[in-house]
Amino acid sequence: MAVTDAAPIVTRRVGLPESWTLRSYLDNGGYVGLRRALEMAPEEITQEVLTSNLLGRGGAGFEAGRKWSMLRKAQPVYLVVNGDESEPATFKDHMLVECDPHQLIEGVVICAYAIGAAQAFIYIRGEFALGLERVQAALNEAYEHGAVGKDIFGSGFDLDVVVHPGAGAYICGEETALIESLEGKRGFPRIKPPFFPAAIGLYGAPTVVNNVETLSNLPWIVENGGAAFAALGEGRSTGTRIFSLSGHVNRPGNYEVEMSKTTFRDLVEHYGQGVRLGRQVKAFIPGGVSAPWFGPDQLDMPLSQEQVGAAGSMLGSGAVTIMDDTTCMVRAAWRITRFFHNESCGQCTPCREGSGWVAKIMQRIETGAGREDDLDLLLDVCDNIAPGLSWPPQQTTICVLGPSIPSSVVSGIRMFRDEFLLHIKEGACPYG
Amino acid sequence: MARLTPENVQRARDTIALYPEKRSALIPILHLAQEQDGWLTEDAMAHVAELLDLTPAEVYGTASFYDMLFTEPVGKHLVSICTNIACLINGGYELLEHAEQSLGVRAGATTPDNEFTLEEVECIALCGEAPCLAVNWRFFGSVTPEKFDALTADLRAGLLADEVPPHGTLNRVRRTVGLTAGVPATGRVAVSEAPAPAPPPTPTEKDQRGENQPADAAATETAVEEAAAVQDPPDTDTAPTAEGSRPEKGGDA
Ligand SMILES: Cc1cc2nc3c(=O)[nH]c(=O)nc-3n(C[C@H](O)[C@H](O)[C@H](O)COP(=O)(O)O)c2cc1C
Ligand code: SF4
Ligand code: FES
Repeated sequence: MAVTDAAPIVTRRVGLPESWTLRSYLDNGGYVGLRRALEMAPEEITQEVLTSNLLGRGGAGFEAGRKWSMLRKAQPVYLVVNGDESEPATFKDHMLVECDPHQLIEGVVICAYAIGAAQAFIYIRGEFALGLERVQAALNEAYEHGAVGKDIFGSGFDLDVVVHPGAGAYICGEETALIESLEGKRGFPRIKPPFFPAAIGLYGAPTVVNNVETLSNLPWIVENGGAAFAALGEGRSTGTRIFSLSGHVNRPGNYEVEMSKTTFRDLVEHYGQGVRLGRQVKAFIPGGVSAPWFGPDQLDMPLSQEQVGAAGSMLGSGAVTIMDDTTCMVRAAWRITRFFHNESCGQCTPCREGSGWVAKIMQRIETGAGREDDLDLLLDVCDNIAPGLSWPPQQTTICVLGPSIPSSVVSGIRMFRDEFLLHIKEGACPYG
Repeated sequence: MARLTPENVQRARDTIALYPEKRSALIPILHLAQEQDGWLTEDAMAHVAELLDLTPAEVYGTASFYDMLFTEPVGKHLVSICTNIACLINGGYELLEHAEQSLGVRAGATTPDNEFTLEEVECIALCGEAPCLAVNWRFFGSVTPEKFDALTADLRAGLLADEVPPHGTLNRVRRTVGLTAGVPATGRVAVSEAPAPAPPPTPTEKDQRGENQPADAAATETAVEEAAAVQDPPDTDTAPTAEGSRPEKGGDA
C-alpha cells in the first residue's frame, strides 16, 4: 500500500515474470503509447510533456519538455540516453534497465520522434553487464517487432538505436562528459556555454540528453496525457518518482511514490519499515552524495524539488541514505570526500587540488591525527572550491562535480562540529 | 601478445558501422579486446588503433581514463567490493577486510594462482543490498563473510561458469539487427536486413528489486543463455564517413 493513491508508473511492471521480454511487455500494455504518439504531430508530444511538467530524473531536475524545445534548429539531431547511473546510493536506473528495457526503448522512440532524431544512443554504465544484455536483447526484439528501425509501425518514421557501454568513470554521467565518452574520448566535461548539448552536442550536432527514468515516463504520459501526470504531485514537482532508499532502514529498496505528497518520513517509516533496530535517524542524505545533508527535523519535508531546494539541498538523483545514531559522521564525510577525489577528472584546479586537500585532511581526522585548526582549514579549502558555501553552490569549475565536493564536509562540520572536534581531541573515533 | 582474432575484427567492423564517426566505437571495441584476452595487451591496443585510424597513444589515452579497462593483467575473477556510503555504513569495509584475509591479498592485488583480483570500488548501484560486490560485473548483494567464502569456493571450483563469465565479457547478447534507418547526415550506407534475432536472456532466478520489494529478497544476477551465434550484419567498414556533411564542431573540447 502506498501512502497516496497514486499508482506507480515506471515501476509498474517490475516483478512480473520475465518483465524484460517483449511478450511480457506487450501483455502488459507495452508499445501502446508509441502507437498513439506516432499518430500525433511531434510538437503535440512536446506539448504534452510540457503540460506534464516532467522534471529530469538524472540529477539536475530540468523540465524535459523545455529541454526539447531549446534544441538548435539544425540537422541531424541526436538523442542520447543517460544510463550511466553512478551517483553513490542511486540504484533505480540499474533496476529499470534490467527489469523494463522495453519501456525505456519505447520512451526513446517517442522522444526521438518528438525531437526529430534519426539516431539514438543508449549509454549504459559499463558495469551493468546484465542491463546491457537485457537492453540489447530487447532492442533486437523491438526492431523485429517494428517498433524501432525503418517505417516504425507503418508511420514513415525511421529511427536507429544503438546500445553503448561505458567503461567505469563517474564523471561520464555528466552530460557533456558522456558525449565525449560516446565520441571515444576521455570523459572530460565541456564548458557550457558554448557546449550546451542542445546547441553543440554529439558530433557537434544539437543533442538531447535525458536520463533513463525520465524517458521511461514517456509511454505513460503519451497514453494518459500530460495533464494526468501533472495532476499527481504538487507545484513543479509532478508525477511519481523513484527514490532509492538505502542505509539504516529495515527495508531498503526502490520505491516509486507520488512527489510532493510523500515525505522523507513516509519513505523511512512506511516504505523502509523504520530505522533498523528501532534506532533514531541521526542525519540523512536527501539526493545522492552531492547533496548537503539533512537532520531528523527535516524528515517531514515533502519529496518536492522546490521545497528541498529552498531548504538548502536537493533531491538530486533520488537517492535517500538514512544514517542512524551509531553512524560516525566523520567517517561518512571522509568516504564521500574520497569518492570525489577519486572521480575528479582533473581539468579544473579547484576540483582536482581541492578534492585532494579535503580528502587528505579528512583522512587525517578520521585516523586520529587531526589538528585543532583543521575544521577551519577544511571550510577554507571548501570555500575556495565553491565560494560562499551556499546551496546551490557558486561554480568556479567546468562542471558541478567540483562544487559538490563541499556538501558532505560542510554539512558534517555544521551539524556535528562537536563530533568532529572529539575525533581531533581524543585522536580516535568515539564509535570505535 | 594477441591482436584481435579474425572473428573479433569482424565484430569490431560491425561495431564501427553503428556510429556516424569511427572513433565512437573505441570503447566498445576495447571491451571486445578485453573480452578476448581478459585485459588490454599492447598488441590489441595497437590493432584497435589501426582499425579506427587512431594512434596507439590515442587508444591508450582513452583506455587509461576508465576504471574498467585494464592495461595490466587481471586474475580470472575480478572481485569488486563497494565501500561507498550505503555499503560503508552496512559493513562494506568489514567485508573488504574479510576478503583480503580470505584471499590473502590486499585490495588491488591478484592471488598467486591468478584466480582472483581484488579491488575496492565506488558505488556499484546495488546499495539496497549493502554490503555488495561484483565478480566480473555480475552482482551479489547482502554479502556476509560466510557468503563470500562460499562464493569464492564456488568460483574456484568453476561452479558458476554460466553466471559469471570470464573477466572482460560484458554483453553476451549480440546485436542481430542492422542500421535500418541509415544515418542521413553522414551519408553512410545503411546496413541491409538482419538475420534472425538472438533469443532474449533467460534468467535462472527472478528479478524483483522493484517497487515495494524488499531489496534483500532480490536475486540480481541471472545467467544468460548463450546468445545464439548469429552473425552480425556484413562488413560495412568501407562505408564512407563523409566528414564534411555533418555540422561543424564548435571546437574539440
Ligand atoms: C558529476 C555529475 C554526474 C552525473 N551523473 C549522472 C548520471 O549518472 N545519470 C544521469 O542521468 N545524470 C547524471 N548527471 C546529470 C546529467 O548531467 C544531466 O543533467 C542529465 O543526464 C539530464 O537528463 P535529465 O534531464 O533527464 O535528468 C550528472 C551530473 C554531474 C554534474
Ligand atoms: S569540476 Fe572537476 S570533474 Fe568537473 S570538469 Fe572540473 S575537474 Fe573535471
Ligand atoms: S554504496 Fe555500495 S553499492 Fe551503492
